[in-house]
Amino acid sequence: MTLTNLESIPGQSIVEHYGIVQGSTIRAKHVGRDLMAGLKNIVGGELKGYTELMREARQQATDRMIEQAGELGANAIINIRYTTTSVSQGAAEMLAYGTAVRCQ
Amino acid sequence: MEPQSGDLPQGLEIFMNILFLSIPFLVLLLAYITGKVAEKRHYARIHEREGHWLNIPAITGKHLPDLPAVASADLVVGSVVISVDHFKRFLSGFRKFFGGEMKSYSSIIDRGRREAILRMKESSPEADLFLNCRLETSSVSKGKGKVVGCAEVLAYATAVRFQRTAE
Repeated sequence: MTLTNLESIPGQSIVEHYGIVQGSTIRAKHVGRDLMAGLKNIVGGELKGYTELMREARQQATDRMIEQAGELGANAIINIRYTTTSVSQGAAEMLAYGTAVRCQ
Repeated sequence: MEPQSGDLPQGLEIFMNILFLSIPFLVLLLAYITGKVAEKRHYARIHEREGHWLNIPAITGKHLPDLPAVASADLVVGSVVISVDHFKRFLSGFRKFFGGEMKSYSSIIDRGRREAILRMKESSPEADLFLNCRLETSSVSKGKGKVVGCAEVLAYATAVRFQRTAE
C-alpha cells in the first residue's frame, strides 16, 4: 500500500478512484503516565510518554484506514490528512483520512 | 531555672512554616533553572540537526517544475508532545493580565515544531525531498482551570526518492 499526502503519486498514474477512506481511534492515557506527565509539567520539555501514546494512536488510525482501503481493492491512498481532537479531559481522538485509489 | 519545654517545638514550627511557605517559590526557582537549561540544550541540538538536514528540504508545495523522475514516494510522520515549565506558566499569568505576545509560549511551540520536522526527516534518511509538508498543533490536555497543559505538534509529508542514474 502506497501512502502519500500528495494529490497524485509521482511516477505513477491513477486508474481508479474508490472514494474516501478513514480510520480513527480514541485513546485515553493511563494514570501512571498522567502522574509522570504531571511531574514533568513542572520542569517542562518533552513528555515522552504522551509522544509515544500519540504515535501508537496514529499508527492504529493509519492501520485501520489501510484496512478499509484494502477491502475496497485499492493499492494506494492519496491526499492523506491527520487530525487530532481532544474528546474529553485526558482522551484524544486521532483521525486519518484519505482517498483510496488504484494506481499503475 | 527549668528550660522552657515549648521552646524547641516552637522554633521547629516556625522553621517548618517558613519551609512550607517557601515551597512554591522553590518549585518556581527549580522550574526556572531546569527549564532554561533544557531549552538551551534543546536549541543547540535542533541547530546541529537542522544543519545536517539543510540540503534535504521539506517544502509545503506539491509540485516542483523540474522534478527528476521519482523512484518512490511514501508518507512520513514526526510528532512530539511538549509542555511548558512551571515558571513560564507562572509568567504567563501576568501576560494574560497585560496582553501582548506570550514569548515564553512561542519558544516552546517553536521548539516543538522544529523537533517534529526533524523527527519526520530522520524517519526517512534516504529521501531526497519532502513534498507537501503539513504542520498541525493540538492541545493534548488542558491543565487545571484555563492553564495550558501540553500540546502535540505533528509534521507529515511525502518523502520522495529520485531515480538514480546508473553509475
